[in-house]
Amino acid sequence: MVNPKAYLAPEVFAKDVKKTPTRNGYGEGLVIAGEKNPNVVVLCADLSESTRSEYFQKKFPERFVEVGVAEQNMASLAAGMALAGKVPFISSYATFSPGRNNEQIRTTIALNDVNVKIGGAHAGISVGPDGATHQALEDIALMRVMPNMRVIYPCDAIEAKKATAAAAEIEWPVYIRLAREATPVITTEKTPFKFGKAEIFWQGKDLPAQAGVTIIASGPLLYEALLAASKLQKQGISAEVINNHTIKPLDQKTILASVRKTRVVVTVEEHQVAGGMGSAVVEMLAKNFPVPVEMIGVQDRYGESGKPDELLEAFGLTAKYIIQAVKRALRRKR
Amino acid sequence: MGRFGIIGELIPFMAKKQYSLQELDKIANEIRQDIIRMLLEAGSGHSAGPLGMADVFTALYFAVMNHDPKNPDWEERDRLILSNGHICPVRYAAMARAGYFPLEELKTLRKFGSRLQGHPERKKLPGVETTSGPLGSGLSQAAGMAYVAKYIDKKNWRVFCAMSDGEQEAGQTWEAAMFAGKNKLNNLTGIIDRNNIQIDGYVEDIMPLEPLRAKYEAFNWNVIEIDGHNIEEIIDACSQAKATQEKPTCIIAHTIPGKGVSFMENKFEWHGKPPKPEEAKTALRELRAIGVKITGIRE
Repeated sequence: MVNPKAYLAPEVFAKDVKKTPTRNGYGEGLVIAGEKNPNVVVLCADLSESTRSEYFQKKFPERFVEVGVAEQNMASLAAGMALAGKVPFISSYATFSPGRNNEQIRTTIALNDVNVKIGGAHAGISVGPDGATHQALEDIALMRVMPNMRVIYPCDAIEAKKATAAAAEIEWPVYIRLAREATPVITTEKTPFKFGKAEIFWQGKDLPAQAGVTIIASGPLLYEALLAASKLQKQGISAEVINNHTIKPLDQKTILASVRKTRVVVTVEEHQVAGGMGSAVVEMLAKNFPVPVEMIGVQDRYGESGKPDELLEAFGLTAKYIIQAVKRALRRKR
Repeated sequence: MGRFGIIGELIPFMAKKQYSLQELDKIANEIRQDIIRMLLEAGSGHSAGPLGMADVFTALYFAVMNHDPKNPDWEERDRLILSNGHICPVRYAAMARAGYFPLEELKTLRKFGSRLQGHPERKKLPGVETTSGPLGSGLSQAAGMAYVAKYIDKKNWRVFCAMSDGEQEAGQTWEAAMFAGKNKLNNLTGIIDRNNIQIDGYVEDIMPLEPLRAKYEAFNWNVIEIDGHNIEEIIDACSQAKATQEKPTCIIAHTIPGKGVSFMENKFEWHGKPPKPEEAKTALRELRAIGVKITGIRE
């Protein structure tokens, strides 16, 4: 059942669940951050409309900097601005930032340890018709291996808004992963969001431990994980679904507490399984509490054009595949 | 006003000493000797670039920049970004001579636990301003700082960015040049070490930059070409940059790589290696014999 303390949207399982892109939440979060802190500045590389940084541009034109198609310059400009006391957010598509400008982020932001936030939109294959060039599937891996960098992957637009506003208050470099497509609004304003703190969104019923599983999801696919959990419940399988919005630093405490009960894990994300959120979980579990894990994600291939729904289905990322993974995982349970 | 209040504002003006050109030449010569000793001790590092830029760094730290070695975080200070981080021995030596840290510490260059990293790191050494090494990203950072000073905080501090000529081959340099030109960052001064060497050979063979002046002018920069070993010319060029409205200034400093050490001068082979003990001895003897004045590139 839904964790009552998560205050999820009441209509989350309805057919007409409200859908909004997480990038909208980013734009709203930028405005909140800008209102709160006069040092917040936003840079954009010719994508102000589609990254929603235009929300900030309209409100604070004097603190908005258009850099043109120059993501490498944007990253290092932001580093310079942070060194001069500002809190810069750089906005582009994730394939370009943190993709194209990866070394600039490494040297001038992460190693330099300056207070720059990176908003990477259009992450995942659900970008759809634009195809593989614009579907970032490696960005979590690129960002989480960098010392000093923090990584957040919000599950919906409301959480993206909270995460963006929260990022402005963390004195670390932060990467915020965002999606293009309108995705279900899972949370409400009342849903708790604390940077670094994973939340249990679906609680397992008191079933025999043998039929329990922990599903750890990040980003909009959390919705598919919740659908899977509700279907599994009807089949007598008790799932605990964790919204793992902060990939770095990982909330070991919450994850381990759940896994110690269930002793089996399925991870869910719209990213390469290599190096992504699931990898982060597996690395942590291998050290602390090794259990069988099944990983839902993109299996070492690039995306392609198509409708978002078609692609999620073709790449095996929907509730149906999560349920199959849970059953595989349960069979491996020791 | 900075967080040190009115006293903090006044310190640099009280402390700023006026050096004669002869004194500046002497400091540059001492810095060259420091560089040789540091590299010998380190057993690795770059020789040609640091020696070639000794006069520019002397001019910046001892005559041009508004800064306070005892208060490296002073908010109103001028900022110097070293984009080609590999020539950091010249920056470290100039900083030590200016009083940022004891001269003795220069011996720790490139050693485990040292604040003097092989390529400069902001978090290790106060006054270094930024972490650099990978070429082509300094001008962007300098432009970001200059943008904040000019448009957001409306401050009078200036930004200098020392670059190599080799890194003019990097696309990001031109992204930054375009940004600075568009935004009329007249508080930004780029200084290119035009020594015509890079690791693999002569710059004009590897990837010709000429006409370099015209390139920067086309990007809406003010360009001044100088003899990078004539301290008076360096200081004058920085003054002209300060007086320039509506445009960033690019100072193309023509230098001789390895300047001051006869067997290193103009040899790209000395880009990335340190002197051996015998070579260091010869180099130091030569520098002491020169005494004070380094000849300019046209002499």
